[in-house]
Amino acid sequence: MTMTSASDTAPIAFVRHEMVQAEPPPPSMVGMQGWLKKNLFSTPGNILLTAVGFFLAAWLIWQVVDFAIVRAVFVGTSGEDCRKSPDVGACWPYVQAYWKLFVYGRYPIAERWRVDLTGLVFVVLLVPLMIPAAPLKRLNVILFFLIFPVFAFSMLVGGWFGLPHVETALWGGVLVSLVVAVTGIVMSLPLGVLLALGRRSKMPVIRLLSTIFIEFWRGVPLITVLFMASNMLPLFMPAGVDVDKLLRALIGVSLFSAAYMAEVVRGGLQAIPKGQYEGAMALGLSYWRMMGLVVMPQALKLVIPGIVNTFIGLFKDTTLVSIVSIFDLLGMINFTRTDSAWAAPTTAMTGYLVAAVFYWVFCFGMSRYSMFMENRLNTGHKR
Amino acid sequence: MALADGPAAGEAKVVWYNDPVVRGRIFQGLTLAFVVFLTWGIIHNTAVNLQSRNIAQGFGFLSTTAGFDIAQSLISYPQDADYGRAILVGLVNTVLVAVLGVILATIFGFIGGVARLSSNYVVRKLATSYVEIVRNVPLLLQIFFWYFGVLRVLPGPRDSIQPIPGWIFLNNRGLIMPQVTMTKLTADAMFYAVLAAIVAILVLRSVFRKLQERTGTQAPVFLISLAVLIAFPVVAYLATGAGITLTAPAKSTFNITGGTRVIPEFMALLMALAFYTGAFIAEIVRAGILAVSHGQTEAASSLGLKPNNILRLVVVPQALRVIIPPLTSQYLNLTKNSSLAVAVGYPDLVSTGGTVLNQTGQAVEVIAIWMVIYLGTSLTTSAFMNWYNAKMAIRER
Repeated sequence: MTMTSASDTAPIAFVRHEMVQAEPPPPSMVGMQGWLKKNLFSTPGNILLTAVGFFLAAWLIWQVVDFAIVRAVFVGTSGEDCRKSPDVGACWPYVQAYWKLFVYGRYPIAERWRVDLTGLVFVVLLVPLMIPAAPLKRLNVILFFLIFPVFAFSMLVGGWFGLPHVETALWGGVLVSLVVAVTGIVMSLPLGVLLALGRRSKMPVIRLLSTIFIEFWRGVPLITVLFMASNMLPLFMPAGVDVDKLLRALIGVSLFSAAYMAEVVRGGLQAIPKGQYEGAMALGLSYWRMMGLVVMPQALKLVIPGIVNTFIGLFKDTTLVSIVSIFDLLGMINFTRTDSAWAAPTTAMTGYLVAAVFYWVFCFGMSRYSMFMENRLNTGHKR
Repeated sequence: MALADGPAAGEAKVVWYNDPVVRGRIFQGLTLAFVVFLTWGIIHNTAVNLQSRNIAQGFGFLSTTAGFDIAQSLISYPQDADYGRAILVGLVNTVLVAVLGVILATIFGFIGGVARLSSNYVVRKLATSYVEIVRNVPLLLQIFFWYFGVLRVLPGPRDSIQPIPGWIFLNNRGLIMPQVTMTKLTADAMFYAVLAAIVAILVLRSVFRKLQERTGTQAPVFLISLAVLIAFPVVAYLATGAGITLTAPAKSTFNITGGTRVIPEFMALLMALAFYTGAFIAEIVRAGILAVSHGQTEAASSLGLKPNNILRLVVVPQALRVIIPPLTSQYLNLTKNSSLAVAVGYPDLVSTGGTVLNQTGQAVEVIAIWMVIYLGTSLTTSAFMNWYNAKMAIRER
């Protein structure tokens, strides 16, 4: 008691009256040095890991740089130039000689402007669609999902407006990769939504049929689906009806990815609380309005990462069409690398490197875009 | 109240075509009719087409002599084997690559996932690059990379790479290892020894658990189990007269004879599948570990658990609950993706089936066999998964 009353009144020499200024952290804990210590050299085990990891990374990067640049051949006219030294790196003249084949396949040279124009329209429509701030979204969506497919089909196939007909057997390279991927993406989303709704429907027949359909396609590998599409689809058709080879693959890929999409969408539907359905019904909305206006917008938003993952998977899976002898980018590389004029030890690797970069850029871009959209649409409902 | 009394009057007002129940029935009936019509049309067209193309129907072709070689076969595949045998060889090869792939992918995935969460900058970035690069490049391209880019450009048999000189050879014809031959006695004895060891471990574990519950003393269960698992077969091996012989492959001027050869197609497929699926598993493992809240770790350490026990008893069991379902679907994906073997000519189910399909033209039957096998695997795994999920689910009050 006396102590407190004393401290209240009389100042005591050995008690501080103000806070001590914080000491700066020791130099080994901050800045460059601190970062290095914390992230690289905190324990002996960590030092070892750092060393091993550093050498592994350096070795891998050096392998790529060495192959693609240091030992690479940049000028040449035939495989002879890439065969000269036994220790040669990438054979870039091969890519230079064939890059048009990689892009267009055997699409007639005089008609390639049609592919270019279609590609240009695709980009012009897609870019504003992907930028959230861009105006005229409704018009853009209609143009992209309804008008563009018709436009692209008539441009690429031709046969009217004085455009000569180009067989799909002549299509190839990036053109086919993108046609398969975009068709699969555009077809699989609406089909997948319908199938997901069917699987959660109260009508037993619809539910059973949707479940069988989804489980069937999800249970088998895509390659057997493509084999089925190319071998059995002609048998299913009435005699005399011939289905185009590329169209067969497109049907197979679309149905296959629709089943995966359905499961992703179903996950979103299951995450919507019952109160949302009941609220919509209490407002007197019909089934389709309830789904279209209340449930689906929330459900689809929840599963954006899943949808984009399915798209990425689909884009990578387009390479499988090369096994049923449709010449997509990978098929075109496999076709040209066996050309005897360009036979060299590293021709194959050069081609595969180009393909790997192409697919990586697209897939990585898609995954980053989905992260961006996810953040933008995150309205704080997530825990 | 008056309103609630008259539901009968309200019902009568609904016209029959506006009644949701009636509508539902009509809609279902129409859908069913459409599907039946479609199926009938397909079956009819197929029958007509097959007849006009003179293709036989039914599974009789399975007992016709196949007459094509298969590069790798774990079961006997004689010259006069029939198509059924060929498809069976393919199935065994699929199972082989899938099982080994699952094991390797799990190892890569767990290392990758833990490394992505490492406090070490270099390790973290290395693991992130692995995941981001491998996940975003098509699997088929990776198979081609391993096959044409790595394995086919190895030196020929004459200048084989020899990790253990005279015993193991690596060249563009594959990996050649010593052949292992066992006497029947030793093989049997070791098989039963392993079985006995597993039983012994199960018994020991329950004994140790009881001991711990009674007295609190912890026995080194893992070390003892490992010792039992090693000791039993070794004793059986020595007791039956050490009946295992290793025959080294013989190197002549142009070729290497003898030994067990692992074909490059198999290695390429295995490496690609393991690295590719491993990258996906790494993401699953990372998400699983992150899903266990930090409070759990802190609570465990405040209870006085040692770091390795925190991981083993608190973090991993909870992380597994999140990890197992997507992990199983990755295993299924790997199995289905092993069908890409056809691209490099590894004789798996799809590849041998494809050869049979081309030789006999019986597409419907061959594709039906594929579908039944893959669907069966998928559905069985799904059923197992659902059971496991229910078992592992949080038991709430």
